[in-house]
Amino acid sequence: MSFASAQFLAFFAVLFVLYYLIPRRHQWKLLLVGSVFFYFFAGWYCLVYIGVTAVTTWLAARKIGALQARQDAWLRERREELNKEARKARKAADKKVRWRWALGSMLLNFGILAVVKYTDFVLGSVNGVLSAAGAGTQLPLANLVLPMGISFYTFQSMGYLIDVYWGKYPPERSLGRFALFVTFFPQLIQGPISRYNDLSQTLYAEHRWDSRQIAMGGMRALWGLGKKLIIADRLAIPLRELTAAPEEYAGLYVLAVMFLYAVQLYADFTGGIDITIGVAQMLGVKVTENFERPFFSKNIAEYWRRWHITMGTWFRDYVFYPLSVSKGVLKLHQKARARLGEAGKRVSVYLCTMILWFVTGLWHGASWNFIVWGLLNGVVILVSQECEPLYARFHGRFPGLKGTFGYRLFEVGRTFVLMSAIRVLDVYRDVPLTFRQVGTVFTSFRPSVLWDGSFLELGLSAGDWLIAALGAAALVVCSLLGRREPVRQRLVRRPSLAWGGCAALVVCMVIFGVYGIGFDATQFIYNQF
Amino acid sequence: MEELLDILKSLHPDVDFEHCDSLIDDKILDSIDIVSLVAEINDAFDVAVPAEEIIPENFNSAQALWEMIQRLDEA
Repeated sequence: MSFASAQFLAFFAVLFVLYYLIPRRHQWKLLLVGSVFFYFFAGWYCLVYIGVTAVTTWLAARKIGALQARQDAWLRERREELNKEARKARKAADKKVRWRWALGSMLLNFGILAVVKYTDFVLGSVNGVLSAAGAGTQLPLANLVLPMGISFYTFQSMGYLIDVYWGKYPPERSLGRFALFVTFFPQLIQGPISRYNDLSQTLYAEHRWDSRQIAMGGMRALWGLGKKLIIADRLAIPLRELTAAPEEYAGLYVLAVMFLYAVQLYADFTGGIDITIGVAQMLGVKVTENFERPFFSKNIAEYWRRWHITMGTWFRDYVFYPLSVSKGVLKLHQKARARLGEAGKRVSVYLCTMILWFVTGLWHGASWNFIVWGLLNGVVILVSQECEPLYARFHGRFPGLKGTFGYRLFEVGRTFVLMSAIRVLDVYRDVPLTFRQVGTVFTSFRPSVLWDGSFLELGLSAGDWLIAALGAAALVVCSLLGRREPVRQRLVRRPSLAWGGCAALVVCMVIFGVYGIGFDATQFIYNQF
Repeated sequence: MEELLDILKSLHPDVDFEHCDSLIDDKILDSIDIVSLVAEINDAFDVAVPAEEIIPENFNSAQALWEMIQRLDEA
């Protein structure tokens, strides 16, 4: 059941009415029933996968919590008789036991994710090696079906488990409440990857009817749907054409692919997240923001702090930091420093950064294009880091330049172009093809396609291009207007303007939305991750 | 504390670490700075900073960092 479907609208309408009619103490239970129902639409077998993750994570976290409580009680009782070393020894021994429970659950759940998501990637890579070696045999692919949102709910659950292991908060006692945290339907399709201590603040609370919050949520969901139907799905048409026969569309077309895909992905992903956050807000639940005007970033590191924020912080907190402070990496740091001096200080940090981006690429998809995409991101971030002294020297020579509007615009433009260029790996889904295509930008540019009507043969009329351009301009304007205060917040203070705006958006969606033109118009791009 | 300030200064010579108390909140230290800092702390003070201690409260100021180092050393 996609967000952009009549099914979802009907499902949500019924849930919404019931939610505010039933006794408030049962609201979270209704959300759980609704979430299970929503997930059931993706296939009954999906429920088995998510059920296993919810139950095993809950059990492991409960066990870890119980072990921690037992250790605390034991230490409290013997406070007087134990010296520092004895306390330390007991803590270390208990930590090992807790780690075994955490590790067991992580191996099981990441194992499930790895098997369903990466089996064919591994088999395909082995087949590639076999054929390169001239072997006549090929391994059959498993063709396993990927349960909806498995990357998102697995990461969310494992984040919770690690937090409990680290003692950040006690485990959730109720299996039902924890199951709701894992299955909460608005964020099942494409995140955000919520943290338990954030989401639980409002997920289980009793919510009274709040017209302002409901209006704010409704407007946000509507805005997200507009982004999806008017801009993202419209731009999907020429992109499908341009990538279906890449050899016919080289040179300037490749630049078009880069920039059109940047806008399409932004409209699609932020549109989906707007629906998620808006729908949750209508139910009184606060979901973490996942974007902070990423296309206004000055460099790629900043871009990644503002794009898909919850994924970035997940990898930072649960992969990058633990890896960087592990004994092996710290030893490497000492050795590199002893051997290489000051420059050696960066070896372990850079190694961990590249591992982080390798894993981030792998998370995005089981194919080499995503791995190369991830590694390229890491390389650009590290090169920027290395170039910092150069930048500092440059700005030392031209001290007035840094704060100017023109230089800021240059930085934002540079980041946008760089990110769009890296992201093109995601479009062609084939590493050699992507590099060949990008190469044609320099070898067969052919700017005449801009004015000889070629772009009108990509499935969009002149009017469609105009609507897409106006839509993209509206995104930029709203982003700028919302810097201090979200536009919705201003609209909600003037109900007549808010109603007028919503009605206009609905009319635009009905007239200009893209429906049923031979592709799955309702599939969100990040759904596949 | 002096040694810690020297380590911090080597990361960002232009920052007033003695008085700044929003190193994370104001995005002065990024994740790469933080792991570099943790490695340097490990070398200089022989204190292992576990991943769960890498939270804004412990890294927002030199004072908070110093308190964390002392706490971990005593634990």
